Amino acid sequence: MAVTFDPNEHKEALSEFAATLDRLRGRRGVLMQALHEAQSRFGHIPPYVQELISDALDIPVSMIYGVITFYARFTLEPTGRCEIGVCLGTACYVKGSARLIEDIEKALGIKPGQTTEDGSFTLTATRCVGACGLAPVVTVNQDVHGRMKREEMKKLLAFLKKEYADMAAEVAQ
Amino acid sequence: MIQLTIDQKTVRVPAGTNLIEAARAAGIEIPALCYDPGLEVVGACRLCLVEIDGFPKPVTACTTSAAEGMAVHTMTPAVRRLRREILQLLLDNHPNDCLTCQQAGECYLQRYAYEYGVTFRVHDGARRGSEHARFTDTSSPYILRDESKCILCGKCVRTCAALPERSVLSFAGRGFMTKIAADLDQTLEASTCVSCSRCVVACPVGALIDRRQREKRVRAFSAETTTVKCKQCDYGCEFEVLQANEARVVRPKAPSGGRPLCLTGRLRAEIEYAGDPKTPYLKRETDKGRKFERVTWSEALGLGQVLQRIQEEEE
Amino acid sequence: MKLARTDLKAIAEKTIEYMHLRGLPEDHPEGPYKKAVIICRGTGCTSSQSDKIMERFQTLIAADKNESSIEVVRTGCFGLCEAGPVVIVHPGGTFYSHVKVDDADIIYREHLIGDQPVKKLIYPDAVLEDGILPYSEVPFTMNQKRVALRNCGHIDPERIEEYLAHGGYQALEKVLFDMTPEAVIAEVTASGLRGLGGGGFPTGRKWQFTAANPGPEKYVVCNADEGDPGAFMDRSILEGDPHTVIEAMIIAGYAIGAAQGFIYIRAEYPIAVQRLEIAIRQAEDAGLLGDRILGSDFSFRLELRLGAGAFVCGEETALIASIEGNRGMPRNKPPFPANSGLWGKPTLINNVETYANIPVILMNGAASFRQTGTEKSPGTKVFALGGKIKNVGLVEVPMGTTLRQVVYDIGGGIPNGKAFKAVQTGGPSGGCIGAEKLDTPIDFDSLKAIGSMMGSGGMIVMDEDNCMVDVARFYMDFITDESCGKCTPCREGTKRMLEILERICDGKGEKSDIDRLESLAVTAQQASLCALGQTAANPVLSTLKTFRDEYDAHINEKRCPAGVCTSLISFFITDACIGCTKCARNCPVSCIAGTVKERHVIDRDACIRCGICQDVCPVNAVIRK
Repeated sequence: MAVTFDPNEHKEALSEFAATLDRLRGRRGVLMQALHEAQSRFGHIPPYVQELISDALDIPVSMIYGVITFYARFTLEPTGRCEIGVCLGTACYVKGSARLIEDIEKALGIKPGQTTEDGSFTLTATRCVGACGLAPVVTVNQDVHGRMKREEMKKLLAFLKKEYADMAAEVAQ
Repeated sequence: MIQLTIDQKTVRVPAGTNLIEAARAAGIEIPALCYDPGLEVVGACRLCLVEIDGFPKPVTACTTSAAEGMAVHTMTPAVRRLRREILQLLLDNHPNDCLTCQQAGECYLQRYAYEYGVTFRVHDGARRGSEHARFTDTSSPYILRDESKCILCGKCVRTCAALPERSVLSFAGRGFMTKIAADLDQTLEASTCVSCSRCVVACPVGALIDRRQREKRVRAFSAETTTVKCKQCDYGCEFEVLQANEARVVRPKAPSGGRPLCLTGRLRAEIEYAGDPKTPYLKRETDKGRKFERVTWSEALGLGQVLQRIQEEEE
Repeated sequence: MKLARTDLKAIAEKTIEYMHLRGLPEDHPEGPYKKAVIICRGTGCTSSQSDKIMERFQTLIAADKNESSIEVVRTGCFGLCEAGPVVIVHPGGTFYSHVKVDDADIIYREHLIGDQPVKKLIYPDAVLEDGILPYSEVPFTMNQKRVALRNCGHIDPERIEEYLAHGGYQALEKVLFDMTPEAVIAEVTASGLRGLGGGGFPTGRKWQFTAANPGPEKYVVCNADEGDPGAFMDRSILEGDPHTVIEAMIIAGYAIGAAQGFIYIRAEYPIAVQRLEIAIRQAEDAGLLGDRILGSDFSFRLELRLGAGAFVCGEETALIASIEGNRGMPRNKPPFPANSGLWGKPTLINNVETYANIPVILMNGAASFRQTGTEKSPGTKVFALGGKIKNVGLVEVPMGTTLRQVVYDIGGGIPNGKAFKAVQTGGPSGGCIGAEKLDTPIDFDSLKAIGSMMGSGGMIVMDEDNCMVDVARFYMDFITDESCGKCTPCREGTKRMLEILERICDGKGEKSDIDRLESLAVTAQQASLCALGQTAANPVLSTLKTFRDEYDAHINEKRCPAGVCTSLISFFITDACIGCTKCARNCPVSCIAGTVKERHVIDRDACIRCGICQDVCPVNAVIRK
């Protein structure tokens, strides 16, 4: 799904972002901060925003692109409304999180790093959220679901699918 | 001055000299793909590993400064084994195209593979690009890219960034899927690339190719080469004139001493030295982005008005 | 309010009054509170709703207007994450485990108001026939020695006063007014403290090198980019005791002559980031950061920098590149950061746990520090104990403790009656250690000698159900994903090693694969640019050494002894089947046949080996082999 970023739809966020850039302008080593801010404001960092950062911080756009694509937390495409993360840290892995991720892949028809056609779900293989005591861990947006079992995952997915299908329908309207 | 021995040869070099240059002074060549005396040293390809007495592990010659009394060994079985394996790893990700590759004869990968007896392997493992050679970006009339031949030495990135106002190329992605991207991973045409060809002359393999030379089917090893100086500005960049059979082509030569290279200079050298020079193109900003446009030679060289005045004066 | 040097003790004394219930110090004056509820608000417990539990307690207490007699305290990690959410009630240190929101009502009514501990909610190992063990005396806690974690679980990390009450910033005061920078470095050097991020480089020498370089522009950096999957030591320290790291960094700045510090922390740790932000602000307000600290001539500033999901940024030169706003690609050393680091200036980089020891060393002296640990590795080490182990959590033990003590005495051994197979230390850079090496003492040199490494402190226990070839594949997959792509042996070599391991797990391995694997491993070790690549093959080499039979079984017999590698296993239903039909109903490809109350059968040709039948079988009649 190719998504184009329409600046007119993000006027407010863009003007706030411009203020952030003003604050960072002229300081060294602030590119990462600008990118974090952009990622959280827009859910991704589209070319339009990369050009803004390039102009404001006087950094070649090629370098900005290089930095974005180096770090896993910065994305060029928008993430789904619901981000399901399965921890593939060692503690979770030895307790079977790979099976959970396979089940989700099958249920949603996407691989880690991908987003469903309707923009509802993004599946992420996360690296250790640090809740190893709760292994295996699945995160749904900010919520942490610990000690997950495959059957529970099935129920959780069914619940999320219904909830986000309703939301997707609303968005479509 | 510092005195050291390299493969038992005693050599004296100024303090701060790296081991590749020190070896060169002793008449010994250490293989390297990412090293260029004119660029920042990065130690990425790892081919220049050497052993030094008293060091626990091999070190890269390009990043190690010569030190007094150092005893360096550049051809031990251990480093030769490592070089062979590194070359194999590079060949495993490189199309078997030396027969028709434009870079053949000038390619460093080809040369070292030959020297170390490393051959292409059939394998079903992952590849960054295609198993077969194919130009992946043909948008520029001056530069052809074949990403599957890229060995990620990063020379193109460094030479492009040496002129901060250019900085068009960058590493993108990471790990095995690292690639070289122009601006926002655009084609050379759509990017801010100024077609100076610094990257082309820096590329040690056939990943960046001079298109106009390629179209004339002239390879350096079968041509007679002469060097000419550019008269466009005071920098005095150099170009090579390659004469093979009936064809005579002009291409930029690696810049040294802070020389920049530019498209205008290249076109000027072409019109002066090339036999049957190819049509010039210039990049224009249009509402559909940047586009290459065919132009006349006088436009290409910015001589429109000058020529007109000359004509008027001489009439 | 900017504090003067004399204010520190006054605030500490005043705060201690309020904290007396938490058992410190012994001769405390009586405070206003009669009871204290301590709630772990580390990431693990917060993920299982300790925030809601805390709110519930607050609501209940407020409803009865008991705020002045019952104190609710938010703390960092207690360590026993397995038991989370953890709530402790003082006096007495009653240890409630796996607390649910509704349990708060019961604990409040029966224990806080009624003075009767709620036995059924107490951590089972703490309940004895003749009484209840306090948290500090359960086996998990008893066998530890907490230095870096000394304040975690005792103080509210968001209140600087509580840190001060525990002797916080007193080392800084001593350093600024009574010690020269040289004396500080001498003390750190004398302590023998080694880099606890995994490298084990003598900390004092690092400080010396950085101090010896000309200023004035120098930097102090804290490496909090804890990327080892399955490790959460640094996160816990930052969440539970952020001021100790700040204090140590100011001391380091004074010692080496730097006026600016950076903490580089993973963005995946939102709670730690938030606590650090609060702590930095508090320290600035109190004049502990900024100009003329505590009225001395020394000024120091501190900023946070967030990582963005790149394991390699834990490597110090990559970390520097990342702070500078570049791709986190390591560069060759030398020059070392001590000579040329951030923006080419002399830079001191230590990790969180290393810094956490600094105030203790300077307060109590190097000699006292050296009383713990071994001659060459003094002090303690924090480990994140995880995997197939009963007491999953955070443990801190003296160096020299054996792996067996950690796994069995503190960790409580392997759950579900399974057999121990291996313990993995050092994360993707470390190795797997088999049962025969369990008596190895934990210190930098001993672990290295057996082909593993200390690493940052991840310690993952594996049992008979874990396939060691699969584990090697797992780590190689991680490294391949996290390789920065700069140097050839790591970028290309790890991918080829991964492909071989995948092939072996897939039942397509050949005998020659082992030789090729070993050859690539040596190349990565010898030729890679940075430590990530140089150690990338350790999990492979260590499993090849100790568990060669498992590789052979995969390659020669096309068999996975642990029953993990899906391509090499088959599922069977044994006579134990009661014919409940649950497996047949749950099978995604409907390959299980059978009628009610009769033994079911799996069609092995159609089976996709997903294992769901085994998961759902109520009588363990489905086996894999």
